[in-house]
Amino acid sequence: MGITFSDITSSAPLVSLVLFSFLTLIVESWGKDKPVLSYWVSLLGVGVSLALSFGHLGAGIPVFGGMLLQGGFAGYCNLIFLSSAFLTILLSRGYLERMECHRGEFYILILFSTVGMMLMAGALNLITVFLGIELMSVSLYVLAGFMRKKVRSNESALKYFLLGAFATGFLLYGIALIYGTSGTTDLVAISKLFPQLSHNPIFLVGCGLLVVAFSFKIAAVPFHMWAPDVYEGAPTTVSGFMSTGAKAAAFATFLLVFVRVFDIAGTSLSQVIAVIAAASMIVGNVTAVAQTNVKRMLAYSSIAHAGYMLSGIAAANVEGETGILFYLLAYTFVNVGAFGIVSIMERQDDKKLNFEDYEGLSARRPALAVLMTIFMFSLAGIPPFAGFFGKYYVFLAAVKANLTWLAILGVLTSLISVYYYLRLVVLMYFREGDADLDHSVPRRSMIALAIAAISIVVLGLYPSLIVDLTRSFFKI
Amino acid sequence: MDSHAVATGALYGYRNQKSSSTNNFFESSVTLETFLFYTLGAVSVGSALMMVTRRSPVMSALYLILNFFALGGLYLSLHAQFIAFIQILVYAGAIMVLFVFVIMLLNLGDEKKLNERFSWKKIVGAGLSFGVLMELIFVFAFSKANLPPSHFEKATDIGTVENIGMQLFTTFLFPFEVTSVLLLAAIVGAVVLAKKKLN
Repeated sequence: MGITFSDITSSAPLVSLVLFSFLTLIVESWGKDKPVLSYWVSLLGVGVSLALSFGHLGAGIPVFGGMLLQGGFAGYCNLIFLSSAFLTILLSRGYLERMECHRGEFYILILFSTVGMMLMAGALNLITVFLGIELMSVSLYVLAGFMRKKVRSNESALKYFLLGAFATGFLLYGIALIYGTSGTTDLVAISKLFPQLSHNPIFLVGCGLLVVAFSFKIAAVPFHMWAPDVYEGAPTTVSGFMSTGAKAAAFATFLLVFVRVFDIAGTSLSQVIAVIAAASMIVGNVTAVAQTNVKRMLAYSSIAHAGYMLSGIAAANVEGETGILFYLLAYTFVNVGAFGIVSIMERQDDKKLNFEDYEGLSARRPALAVLMTIFMFSLAGIPPFAGFFGKYYVFLAAVKANLTWLAILGVLTSLISVYYYLRLVVLMYFREGDADLDHSVPRRSMIALAIAAISIVVLGLYPSLIVDLTRSFFKI
Repeated sequence: MDSHAVATGALYGYRNQKSSSTNNFFESSVTLETFLFYTLGAVSVGSALMMVTRRSPVMSALYLILNFFALGGLYLSLHAQFIAFIQILVYAGAIMVLFVFVIMLLNLGDEKKLNERFSWKKIVGAGLSFGVLMELIFVFAFSKANLPPSHFEKATDIGTVENIGMQLFTTFLFPFEVTSVLLLAAIVGAVVLAKKKLN
């Protein structure tokens, strides 16, 4: 037992990110009032970890005495979290400077939160699941309230914290019951016991509580109430990070625990998840139509997307797993980009966040309008872009698992979503307005947006690149 | 809070079943352990209810201490000596002092009545919670679940400092290390949110 050298090398992306987060902390405390230093160190840390992750996509191996899975599935998920963190850091600097709250702790917390996500995706033990979720959430609670002078930001942090603490209670109680009935927290051991345990009502109660906790983290109906308020109040780039990295991490754990370990295909748990998916699609899309604030619209849209992805978990087959993994990557680039543009448009005191503020943007800022159009088209699931294939794969999985009704509902609610995504495009291109910026967009923000947009187009043109890779994780 | 009692009840049932492989439930149910469990359980549920219904924050804090002590007693009856003492030391000791200090420093004036209005959401919420509670009670009271045996030869071995230390630094070394990162993140967060001078 204990920690060996090979454990460290096999989990190089994780360990290097932890070390870089410590380094950022040291740099921040040395270089007083020089958050730019922390920005560079954290960007370098995420970059190094990202580069190392590409070398860890082979077969997954358990490390740290079977507490953590590295490589394979976890390695791929790390790519998602690190891309999200990288783009968020790039976009945040200009935004925080304009909002007059640029401090180095922001980057430290982004790194810590990313470490938490990486733990969640690789968890092979319920204790690791818990610690990962807590590390991610504690950092995000603070990031949501990072603009201390803004009432909305404080409200957002408090709301997220109180409800998140409640969700943690559900998670722990669920883990306690699963431990009580199986006698172990080791997920591999539980997966072997699952055939007997699946008839044990106390075990099922534990699973139900886990579904509640995970549904809260991915903001699925009826555990979504926090999302619009938190996304609206939090710093806009943090909202982007929460709706992509954090959501992807929660989905990775959901997938790991409920499909890989519990094998819920055809059980009552799969039915429960299918109902949650259906409710998320309907409530998310219908409520999004009525929004006037773009940030709130994106929040409801992220609830709807959680619904689409959940249909892949309800299906619980290989198509569903690979579909969700593709979807998560595509969605990460799209949503970080969309929130990034909103953060560029935003002014101090929550100004310029409404739909009308985008009227006529194409005339004055054509580049931003084109990028936003790409993101909106991808969110709506219009073919050449990656969003289409994400939806296609998860709905295909639902059909294969005899959940055709869920796939039909998904397509119908996607049609509703086209209305509010394209409304923004129509406002930008076909309305006379005076949407403009009173500041120049930093080049690093444009680079981040360009990376996101190019990734969406490439993923949309060559989805097989990712699908073949993710399929290799599930050949057992 | 009452979910706590249900949880410990389940754990207790697990121990009970282990020891009662020869005698049936009714014979074993009159032991001192069972009596202690129900007494401490009642105290913890009762004090939790009192805590959330008191108007004065100091009274709430005092009931919370009582609740912590009752939970500590429950841990002790489950042979988790170490956890029981940590519960008393950390929660009833350190954390309660913080609570009382905050109450003192905030210098709360007279209680202002919260404007609670009638709403359908509350009715639905209460109904759902009640339904879930009934479901849980039903599951715990009537399910004949096969619970796994304990890993330890002697029940008194479970909660000793030696055993917890051994587990913590061998099997659970990785989670132990991760906890330190979690605490560091929490410290950074606390500084960000509470530091007086911005920038």
